[in-house]
Amino acid sequence: MNKDYRFEHKHILGIEQLSAADIFYILDIAISFKEISNRPIKKVPTLKGKTIINFFFEPSTRTRLSFEIAAKRMSADTFNIAASTSSATKGESLIDTARNLQAMSPDIIIIRHGSSGSPGLLARHVDASIINAGDGTHEHPSQALLDTMTVREHKGKIEGLIIAIVGDIAHSRVAHSNILAFTKLGAKVRVAGPATFMPAMVESLGAQVCTSVAEAVSDADVIMALRIQKERQDDPLIPSLREYAQFYGINRALLEKHARPDALIMHPGPINRGVEMNPDVADGAGSVILEQVTNGVAVRMALLYLVMGQEGTE
Amino acid sequence: MTRAKTIILQNGRVLDPAADRDFIGEIWLQDGLIVPAQQKHPEDCISFDLQGKWIVPGLIDMHVHLREPGEEYKETVESGTRAAAAGGFTAVACMPNTRPVNDCASVTQLILEATAEKGSARVYPVGAISAGSKGTGLAEYGELKEAGVVAVTDDGLPVLDSQLMRRAMEYAGSHELLVISHSEEIALSRNGSMNEGVVSTRLGLRGIPVAAEAIMVYREIALAELTGQHTHIAHVSTAAATELIRQATARGVRLTAETTPHYFTLTEEAVADYNTNAKMNPPLRTEGDRMAIIKGLQDGTFDAIATDHAPHSVLEKELEFDRAANGIIGLETSLALSLALVRDGLIDAARLVELMSVAPARILKVTGGNLAEGNVADVTVVDPDREFVFTEGSILSKGKNSPFLDWTFQGKAVLTVMGSRITHNELS
Ligand SMILES: [Zn+2]
Repeated sequence: MNKDYRFEHKHILGIEQLSAADIFYILDIAISFKEISNRPIKKVPTLKGKTIINFFFEPSTRTRLSFEIAAKRMSADTFNIAASTSSATKGESLIDTARNLQAMSPDIIIIRHGSSGSPGLLARHVDASIINAGDGTHEHPSQALLDTMTVREHKGKIEGLIIAIVGDIAHSRVAHSNILAFTKLGAKVRVAGPATFMPAMVESLGAQVCTSVAEAVSDADVIMALRIQKERQDDPLIPSLREYAQFYGINRALLEKHARPDALIMHPGPINRGVEMNPDVADGAGSVILEQVTNGVAVRMALLYLVMGQEGTE
Repeated sequence: MTRAKTIILQNGRVLDPAADRDFIGEIWLQDGLIVPAQQKHPEDCISFDLQGKWIVPGLIDMHVHLREPGEEYKETVESGTRAAAAGGFTAVACMPNTRPVNDCASVTQLILEATAEKGSARVYPVGAISAGSKGTGLAEYGELKEAGVVAVTDDGLPVLDSQLMRRAMEYAGSHELLVISHSEEIALSRNGSMNEGVVSTRLGLRGIPVAAEAIMVYREIALAELTGQHTHIAHVSTAAATELIRQATARGVRLTAETTPHYFTLTEEAVADYNTNAKMNPPLRTEGDRMAIIKGLQDGTFDAIATDHAPHSVLEKELEFDRAANGIIGLETSLALSLALVRDGLIDAARLVELMSVAPARILKVTGGNLAEGNVADVTVVDPDREFVFTEGSILSKGKNSPFLDWTFQGKAVLTVMGSRITHNELS
């Protein structure tokens, strides 16, 4: 690491704002925090006295829990505000709600929201550091960081790897952040799925579009399937989950025929088993899905630590 | 607000493209009319020495939202026409998407009464195509026309039912009313909040494809051909629609079209970082579209520049991008942005006057648009060199929702006269 390097982000709004050096730095810190999770007493006083608000406008168990565990392991005081208990559903605007939160003087607000760009809007109206835990179809930076961390642990590097992402790229903030993160770190990213799942000019993100899943997974070092959302009423993207599973699902036969035997199998969870991924793949050889969850806590600890400007280092 | 017997505008460059005139000289205004110049100045007159400035027929903006009645916190006839006068406009046509919708004589009368009482510009109300702009039966055009509307549109919304649009054109024709189309195929644009392309993908925003505009513009062309009625296409944003209009006009379809300063000035990049002041419908498009719009202004595909002035308060704009309202204000920046085209050599001064005054008067069949003696004394004096910074504090419109905040402009209306009444004066 360059001696002059300094991590200088008050907020984590997206991978877009991070450099490759930033990402590697976050991953290095995360690895050091991962060790804490293996201790008998999984707690350090690093963020003692800090107030962290989990502000979730969309239902999420996994991400919210992961951030909450990360915060607790660092001794921060955490509060959860879910959309159902916040004023968000009563027609109060995000900015009004933000001003109310500001009165609680939080140090960090972790926000998940259905509108793309809302973490940045919040950041302009409160003093706290903002961490984006998923905004609309925009970004989910902590997910991409834990994914890059997991891949780096297994492959020893990111540069030069081929990453295949299969699924609804257009409506996936996980895909968006992962394309940006892996590309910044020097990997080649391929995306596959029906054309209805591809965003306009997806190549502009740095990904290569494959016409079939077989093509995407050939020679890939990492194969990531995305969770398929239930069919949308206003926009007929696919005819049925059944047909999707048949043509775009990741199954053992496909992998045996086209993939490298040492390819890592990833999924941001929760999996629709038998739709985007078969159980024999999710639970089989090469699957690192449970490690993704473990690394999620470590990466989120690193983010909380870094946005706090590394005061009170252990 | 001064009303003198005679206003004498001298030593200016008189630009009167309707009469193919462009000369240094003077224009006399008396009792609301343009009158022949005399040898001797009368006793009670105001005269302005306009060296280096242009004397042009009063600018007409044929597409604004004045929000009255119903949303007076966003704009009123009074505030909107003050903004218009400051921008060099002597007349505006206001869209019917008020609350209630202007689909009957009483709403039209309300707007005209407010104008008579507090207006700083002529206001031409535009009525609704369908009752309540609900897209089902026709509004009562005969009554609307008698009350004073100059055209009909369901602007803000497209007319989805093609049969209704066909009947609207036919029935409007019987009442000599223009039909203005807000061309948008909702099935393609639904839930979209910006142009579909590189930037929408980067920002994770649902896009509105070019086809959403092009499909409906083509339908309007086909219906205008079917009915033989004059149809006007509002706020064109895409190269595709521009080309469709060019071809249709060339084969003789009775079609006119307008575009706006934001479509020939900005691109989708202005949305970057989720700037809700760059959110409008149709959305800002790509550089290729912007260039095509400019070409359309040059070659006559577009008849008019209109602003689609759409004031909103912070309540509608300081929101998550996908929840924020569409629309930006335009009356106080339109002339400066259009003058930039002249300064860049893309159109000449006469063409600018054609686009901003002559053609709107002709399309709406209203007074103004020329400086002929005997015509109404609606005149704008333009200082093409006057620099100004468009600050929030300087805005007269109640809406401050502009993507041009803090831009430095060159070129400004320095005197606006509407029917011999000085509605804006930065000269003395
Ligand atoms: Zn419109």
